[in-house]
Amino acid sequence: MDSPLNNKLITESSLFENNTKPRHRTARFWMSIFQISTVIAIIALSALLITIVNNAFGYVIYESDVDPDTLAVNGVAVDDLPKEELMAVLQSNISQGLYRRFEHDMPFEERTREDVLALIYERVIDPKVVTQYSLSDSIFKRSEIVQFAAVEYPKAELIFQSWINWDFVKAPQSGDPLRAGVRTAVFGSLWTILFAVLLAFPIGVGAAIYLQEYADDNWINRIIQTNINNLAGVPSIIYGILGLAIFVRLLEKITSGAFLGVVDPTTANGRTILSAGLTLGLLILPTIIINAQEAIKAVPSSLKQASYGLGATRWQTVWHHVLPNALPGIMTGTILAISRAIGETAPLVVVGASTFITIDPNGPFSKFTTLPIQIYQWTSRPQDLFRNIAAAAILVLLMMLLSLNASAILLRNRFSNRN
Amino acid sequence: MDCENQLMGQTPSNVSGKEIMVENRTEEAAMDANMATISDLKVGLKKRPRFGENLIQAFLFFCGVVSIIITIGIVYELGKESLLFFTRRQWEETNKPLAFDIDAQVTQFAVGSSGMSLREDQIIRVGEEAMRIVAVADGIITVERGYLDTLAVSHSAGVEILNGRVVTLGEFFGKTEWNPQIGKFGIWALANSTLLTSVVAILVALPLGLSAAIYLSEYASERARKILKPVLEVLAGVPTVVYGYFALNFMTPLLRNIFGSGVVEIYNTASAGIVIGILILPLVSSMSEDALSAVPRSLREAAYGLGATKLETAIKVVVPAAFSGIAAAVIVAISRAIGETMIVAIAAGAGPAFTFNPFKAAETMTGHIVRISGGDLSYDSIDYNSLFAIGLMLFLMTLGLNIISQRVVKHFREEYE
Repeated sequence: MDSPLNNKLITESSLFENNTKPRHRTARFWMSIFQISTVIAIIALSALLITIVNNAFGYVIYESDVDPDTLAVNGVAVDDLPKEELMAVLQSNISQGLYRRFEHDMPFEERTREDVLALIYERVIDPKVVTQYSLSDSIFKRSEIVQFAAVEYPKAELIFQSWINWDFVKAPQSGDPLRAGVRTAVFGSLWTILFAVLLAFPIGVGAAIYLQEYADDNWINRIIQTNINNLAGVPSIIYGILGLAIFVRLLEKITSGAFLGVVDPTTANGRTILSAGLTLGLLILPTIIINAQEAIKAVPSSLKQASYGLGATRWQTVWHHVLPNALPGIMTGTILAISRAIGETAPLVVVGASTFITIDPNGPFSKFTTLPIQIYQWTSRPQDLFRNIAAAAILVLLMMLLSLNASAILLRNRFSNRN
Repeated sequence: MDCENQLMGQTPSNVSGKEIMVENRTEEAAMDANMATISDLKVGLKKRPRFGENLIQAFLFFCGVVSIIITIGIVYELGKESLLFFTRRQWEETNKPLAFDIDAQVTQFAVGSSGMSLREDQIIRVGEEAMRIVAVADGIITVERGYLDTLAVSHSAGVEILNGRVVTLGEFFGKTEWNPQIGKFGIWALANSTLLTSVVAILVALPLGLSAAIYLSEYASERARKILKPVLEVLAGVPTVVYGYFALNFMTPLLRNIFGSGVVEIYNTASAGIVIGILILPLVSSMSEDALSAVPRSLREAAYGLGATKLETAIKVVVPAAFSGIAAAVIVAISRAIGETMIVAIAAGAGPAFTFNPFKAAETMTGHIVRISGGDLSYDSIDYNSLFAIGLMLFLMTLGLNIISQRVVKHFREEYE
């Protein structure tokens, strides 16, 4: 037992023991570092969402020229009055000249009750925002805010406002943050996406079929593949510059609609929905190709071989067997590409999105603005109120993206259930 | 047997298959039903031309080539307009008028004393006519008339002299002031702030993203990974304009609270850089996590078997094995940070400034493109051309990084099994 070898073993094992503790300490220390990093990453990302929600809701102190309660007729609040009485209220509270001008713009017989009510709010009550609070302040400092409002602005009204509401979604763009909405921007986004998909989907899927099913391994096909991978990494603003040079400037005759005889002096410069849509189409093309390639790759080769074995041609195999099986995957990839395109801002600024549009776009040759552009513009404004409606617009955008992503996930699930 | 013999016997004596068929049809038509089927099959098996298929294949090939056309389009347009930027003579105002009327023959005349001073060899323009200055003395200049193939004509007193200048590559890459109004085109004013935001972004994203990736791949339970990874990826899909809003309305006030609003300007590159870091964080962590998870389990088990702790296994075995994937992720993230536009356009400031202080406002290359193209940009102006020169530089930078990343993956990949 007392052999030198055993002694050596004992000392080494105690050495080993001594060494283990600090090693485990280091291991634990770094593990907590890794854990904390992950938590910080998640916190940083959730701070993003919290900031937006924080600005999209909160208390607002409104001060009106005329207290709405004084406009009540026979105890019926102004909001509930019938149209005739509203007209009477309006007539008695504004100058005759102004009333006649409204009558001239559009006869009151033709106006709806809501329209007249809106006029009363705009011209008679005219609520103005004195102060607005963030959601966190509204929750945690509620009593202070109520007290402050009661002391400083006794006549004013304190309302908990959700900046995102149906009126906000419905209203067109306006210089007044209280009346501004995102309707024109949402329509602009939908129109541009439509043209982007019309361009990118057929070409993208075609290119994916070519690369997966037709292309031999030769230099030109290798170049095409490498090139697509590189295009996917090109910054989006470069596509904007390309769109400006090609679609807006070079193809101005086509993108402005001049070749069809669309003569609209406001859109004659090629900065139209069509240009924007085509630019976005080029932008999402590499993504669509890569996603479609993955989907086609996933089709089992036994299916193809069975088809070839029965004497089908290449295209018959692709059309009847490969594409139907790859379609859910292709659709999922396309939806993800669309959700990228919907959020793109920089290329559209370069292509020339308009800053201020109050009329809905009505075709490919209209001037346009999109939801992200709207958010960008409102964010750049110094006034506080624009920060709130920018947050509301962001929520609208995120909801659009969320529903797109949800449909992509649903498609994917259906696909994986079937196989 | 009979048929076979006949068929075999006939083949050598006839030159082509067609003749066999003809003979079969005419001489032995009624002889054997099997025979007829075989010869029909022969016809049927011949490759028929399929125009429809060829057309489709041509269309599909065209679709594949579109991506190349796009690349060529990008390179051609950026190159063409950049070339114009570096070769076109820009006519800038000198605020210096002609002192007297001159006619087409005069080569020596007086100019007003106000405005920019003129030098020898300078190209100037009066009206539509270009001239080269031969000598300057006491407000009187000697010129070569009708320069640059323009026509020498008479001009009246008071017409402003325009100065013609060309932006040289040396000036573009050597100077640090960018101000098109006064003809200063030093790209470093813009490139420096792009590098500043990108460095800040990588300083944020690399340690956090890599740590998160190691945690997710080596430590986290299967369930935690299944929840955390999609969360990170979904947030990577949030539009960048939203991140810009976040930078301006959360990060900037936070920095101003920490460092004092005297130190941190409202628009600053630090805030934009940090938020770009948050934006690329999911990219780094997700791509690195993929690379780490792809390392075979046997390597880890061998390390554990030798008594290594989890940390030692992760740092000394798994991370080196996944190095190529991690490096590629980082390079792609850098390229993304350089090309990022909306965050810097919103939060980094509008106005080129050459500064290394991350708390000062400074416009980046992408931010500058967005700002000057936002208004009514007129074609063939120096602003329009400069946009393409900046774009070309941006394109080459990001393309180079992407190619390097693909090379890294290819050459440093450790192959297992």
